[in-house]
Amino acid sequence: MNVLSPEWTAGLYLLAAVCFILALKGLSSPKSARRGNLIGAVGAVIAMVVVFLSTELDNIPLILATIVVGSAIAAPVSRRVKMTQMPQLVALFNGVGGGAAAIVALLELAHVDGPWSGLAVAFTILVGAVSFSGSCITFAKLQELMTTRPVTFPGQQVVMGLVLLAALASGAWLVVSGDFIAAIILLALGLLGGVLLVLPVGGADVPIVISLLNAFTGLTVAASGLVLGNVLLLVAGTLVGASGTILTRAMASAMGRSVSGIIFGAFKGGSTAGSTAVSDRPVKSGSAEDIAILLGYAQRVIVVPGYGLAVAQAQHTMAELATTLEGKGIEVVFGIHPVAGRMPGHMNVLLAEANVPYEVLQEMDEVNPKFKTTDVVLVVGANDVVNPAAKTSPGSPIYGMPILEVSSASQVVFLKRSMRPGFAGIENELLFEPTTTLLFGDAKESLTKVLSAVKAL
Amino acid sequence: MDAMTLLTVFVLSVFVGFEVVAKVSSTLHTPLMSGANAIHGIILVGAVIVAGQAEDVWVLIAALLAVLLATVNLVGGFVVTDRMLEMFAGRKPAAKSEATK
Repeated sequence: MNVLSPEWTAGLYLLAAVCFILALKGLSSPKSARRGNLIGAVGAVIAMVVVFLSTELDNIPLILATIVVGSAIAAPVSRRVKMTQMPQLVALFNGVGGGAAAIVALLELAHVDGPWSGLAVAFTILVGAVSFSGSCITFAKLQELMTTRPVTFPGQQVVMGLVLLAALASGAWLVVSGDFIAAIILLALGLLGGVLLVLPVGGADVPIVISLLNAFTGLTVAASGLVLGNVLLLVAGTLVGASGTILTRAMASAMGRSVSGIIFGAFKGGSTAGSTAVSDRPVKSGSAEDIAILLGYAQRVIVVPGYGLAVAQAQHTMAELATTLEGKGIEVVFGIHPVAGRMPGHMNVLLAEANVPYEVLQEMDEVNPKFKTTDVVLVVGANDVVNPAAKTSPGSPIYGMPILEVSSASQVVFLKRSMRPGFAGIENELLFEPTTTLLFGDAKESLTKVLSAVKAL
Repeated sequence: MDAMTLLTVFVLSVFVGFEVVAKVSSTLHTPLMSGANAIHGIILVGAVIVAGQAEDVWVLIAALLAVLLATVNLVGGFVVTDRMLEMFAGRKPAAKSEATK
């Protein structure tokens, strides 16, 4: 329908764009975040109404039906997904967005006039495809459908270089000729490139790559805006591209990494990434009763929760143990590393979901000076965030990442499922220290045993 | 719209994008990523336009696939972000009562 005049259309698109800016602005502070997100959703609704009221469209019933089906798929999945699986869902949503942009660009070929819009179409097809297949691989890694370790093979760099050159060549062919075959070849190369880009990225770096691919998808949407002459797509896409770039850098620096180091790190020699070897060096393991005695006669205990705690759904047992210890006059605090969990800030979301009281959670800078005067540190399902290799071994994939300095406490207790290395795939020297005691098993079962042993003291 | 206007809009948007998230705390990295993710789902507008102008049945099928994917991105993105933020909101009263103690 052509109900809206061009002026009204432009004005309402501007309003939607302002909503998106306010959404991003709101999301940068906890106080305004939820309202900001709602404003963003309102902007999206405005934009959708405008496109139907301002453009001559055929097939409207089919389009509306498809939108209903898409919403019916997306909303329940988003409502029901476990908080632990949030990062892979974000990756998946980013991937489908990239895929949509690539398809739109492919169909826009017919509207191309002049080399600039040809270039924008080529860019969107390539980067959208990279974002789609790359996001699928990050999803598979986080869902543990495949190994979370970096995957490398001989000649990977050469293959990558060849794919890039071929993509540039077919992109140039597309811009010059507008040929559909060239577009399909470019799409295939983009899909291959996305896989090759993400395969060598391992473990804890995967979320940063999701953020990077997120920025890529934003740029493809901006490029689509150029071709369709749609200012809203241009503004929204550019906003996501720019803010995603900043976010990627902020996340990387929270882990003490450089973005190029994350993507190309596995190619460099001297990295221990990719090691899956389980050491047979001796460790000291104890029973739940031993741990209970350690805890029950301590003055200060710091709990370091990790992804393992959340996966085992052991937060409530952990909270009860903390309360029981406090009842005995023992000070208990939780030390939260900024990148504990599967994404920066993820652990805060997980513990908030489990109703762990906010006042016992302390950030890394606050809790680090306290370890020296702490009797027992209880590490539950965390490994990489306490690994001293981040400080001591320059070859390590986590080198440079700030860590919780648990090794300065008198006693360290690790609750672990097995000796398997953590998410980053590296061994933790702390496990072999004489002051370290291990308790093997599922975090929830172990904590239940420790809890009843503490109560029996 | 002419190329120069579009370029102006693009460059200004880059600066706005940089500015709005310049100082974000690591606690909010995940929701912010998810929120930005939802916003690029607005490619749905583009998908609807190409689907509405499709004359060939294959073009229509491809365009409807794009509409489906973009809807999942847009709707799912906003819902997931809201769920995450809901949890942050839930714990704020506790933080306040701690501060007033």
